[in-house]
Amino acid sequence: MQSEPVTVSRRDLLSLIGAFSGSAAMYHAMTSLGFASDSGYKGPIKLEGDPNGASVLILGAGLAGMTAALELRKAGYRVQILEFNSRPGGRNWTLRGGDSFTELGGVTQTCEFEQGLYLNPGPWRIPYHHRAVLDYCRRLGVALEPFIQLNHNAFLHAAGAFGGAPQRVHDIKTDFQGQVSELLAKAALQGKLDEAVTKDDREILLQALRSWGALDRNYAYKANLVSADVRGYVKEPGGGLGAAPIPGEPINLSDILKSRLWRYLQNFARHNFQTTMFQPVGGMDMIGKAFAGQVGDVIRYDAKVTRIQQDDQGVTVTYTDLKAPASPQLAKADWCVCTIPLPILSQLPINVSGRMKAAIDAVPYSSSVKIGLQFKRRFWEEDEAIYGGISYTDLPIQQIAYPNTGYNRAGKGVLLGAYMFGPNAFEFTSMPPAERIARAVEFGAAIHPQYRAEYENGVAVAWHRMPFTLGCAGDWSEQARAEHYDNLCQIDGRIVLAGEHASYIPAWQEGAILSSLDAITRLHDRVVKK
Amino acid sequence: MTRKNFQFRIALAATATLLLSSPAYAQNTAPAASEPAFSPGFSFVEKSGEDLFANVCRGCHMSDGKGATGAGTYPSLAGNGNLESSGYPVGVVVNGQRGMPPFGAMMSDDQIAAVVNYVRTHFGNSYRDTVTAEDVRAVRR
Repeated sequence: MQSEPVTVSRRDLLSLIGAFSGSAAMYHAMTSLGFASDSGYKGPIKLEGDPNGASVLILGAGLAGMTAALELRKAGYRVQILEFNSRPGGRNWTLRGGDSFTELGGVTQTCEFEQGLYLNPGPWRIPYHHRAVLDYCRRLGVALEPFIQLNHNAFLHAAGAFGGAPQRVHDIKTDFQGQVSELLAKAALQGKLDEAVTKDDREILLQALRSWGALDRNYAYKANLVSADVRGYVKEPGGGLGAAPIPGEPINLSDILKSRLWRYLQNFARHNFQTTMFQPVGGMDMIGKAFAGQVGDVIRYDAKVTRIQQDDQGVTVTYTDLKAPASPQLAKADWCVCTIPLPILSQLPINVSGRMKAAIDAVPYSSSVKIGLQFKRRFWEEDEAIYGGISYTDLPIQQIAYPNTGYNRAGKGVLLGAYMFGPNAFEFTSMPPAERIARAVEFGAAIHPQYRAEYENGVAVAWHRMPFTLGCAGDWSEQARAEHYDNLCQIDGRIVLAGEHASYIPAWQEGAILSSLDAITRLHDRVVKK
Repeated sequence: MTRKNFQFRIALAATATLLLSSPAYAQNTAPAASEPAFSPGFSFVEKSGEDLFANVCRGCHMSDGKGATGAGTYPSLAGNGNLESSGYPVGVVVNGQRGMPPFGAMMSDDQIAAVVNYVRTHFGNSYRDTVTAEDVRAVRR
């Protein structure tokens, strides 16, 4: 998520240092090493021991809530789910032609995509190391296909660089890597690295730089068939007469540095974005639907929770049936697994400890907007040979992502025309949906001029306008995590929270499922030992 | 996501409005209260209270300041007695509160003062005392 400058108050700083410096430092170190985002899934959960007919009320039919329902019922509990929406899945959601939704403020959008085309407005990709999501997909029969994070032929774009012309990933990546290698090789050859590397290692380093950077035998990176073998050609090798390839001229290092396009290369390197990534065939909501295939019979839809109260006997939840809102309804159970997003839960009357309540109140949700656009033809494939993957830009739309399915077909296509965080997400959220779409089309046309002629329709999902979340996902600061995370996750009397917000992988489905599995494991332990 | 450091502020092409006649949205062509700005980095570029409200606050509190209700509520700022003591809205904007994200790192003292003053003098609010950048700075400490 965002890496933001954090203003630390003296009080916060003292409590941070006083109570949690060890774990905060550990978290930082683990994040740097890439361990904190490894999911730690240990295979299917085993809840052994008889719950003796105990009942659990689950609030929210997203992945966390449905995981809890599926596993607790299997372990012998009586379970019931209350869900605000009229569908299962929560943020696990796909928009197709004919779907309509109403955002806060009252505007209803109806998706006009052609049959078979879709947008995943929430989660859209699954890393290979999100083993819990992958395991549930396997167990529930959800077919997966590759999600393309790195497409070497997609674009990197900066409005103020290269005359505004988008550059291919393979050119920027290869030319940057090649010229950095050349610099390092030069330094090594001049003896400037002799204090850092042994003589033997220096020879191996030079070989490695030549290989990694596509340098020629003089350790130079320049236009020749050695560099072209990596970066590509101005004229590709062909067949027959006049088929000789012509290598392209590298973009010089200074231009790449000043363009800042190098910063997007990190999106292809980070642990969460490394190949292989997956998406469900047909839309991300195939996962939510598969869960609902197992537990749909215990979900009460259109149920708006208004109060959560516990005592020695059990938990009583007051809710409004949105289809018949006249009189409040009550649901009771021995225990409660609450997955309601914190911007909503923080507003509900709930009698939990002061520490848990403070934790519920302490986590803001990030702002994010996704915009899906349908075009008359898949011009990104036909004209530009971009098959799936993501282009990055410094325009407010931030990303354009191409469909990772249905390749090379004639006919219409839907791409993700904007995926933004930070100030631009707030700015787009503040516009009416039609204007968000219009701006996304206008900005996108700077990268793909075909937009103007080929655009047909679109949908715009601004997560702070979604009535069922009031935001995108838990936006933990390290400081809030140190102060509140453990208090958020503790079982409080008969209530335990779950969801991506109760994980170290916020905004990822893996976080929702792992948090749920951990919560019900601890809950079950308490029940059978009682 | 990685932090964005856009080099150039984007000038908006007026042709964007042409697309507003797309059939699905023909009913929603009301113009924005104020021409949207697009911030090139992690800090908002909008300066006046009016522009900040229109491009940031409006996302949740809506054009009329009355907020909205779904599973939870974005509170109404219209005739809101919590705005009487200026320190309260300054604190909420700087530090956030429950569903309200903190904007202290994304807005300067001047911006926060401007938007708080705007809200306290619109939407049926008419508080006469003015918040200054110094007041905001004091809340940050």
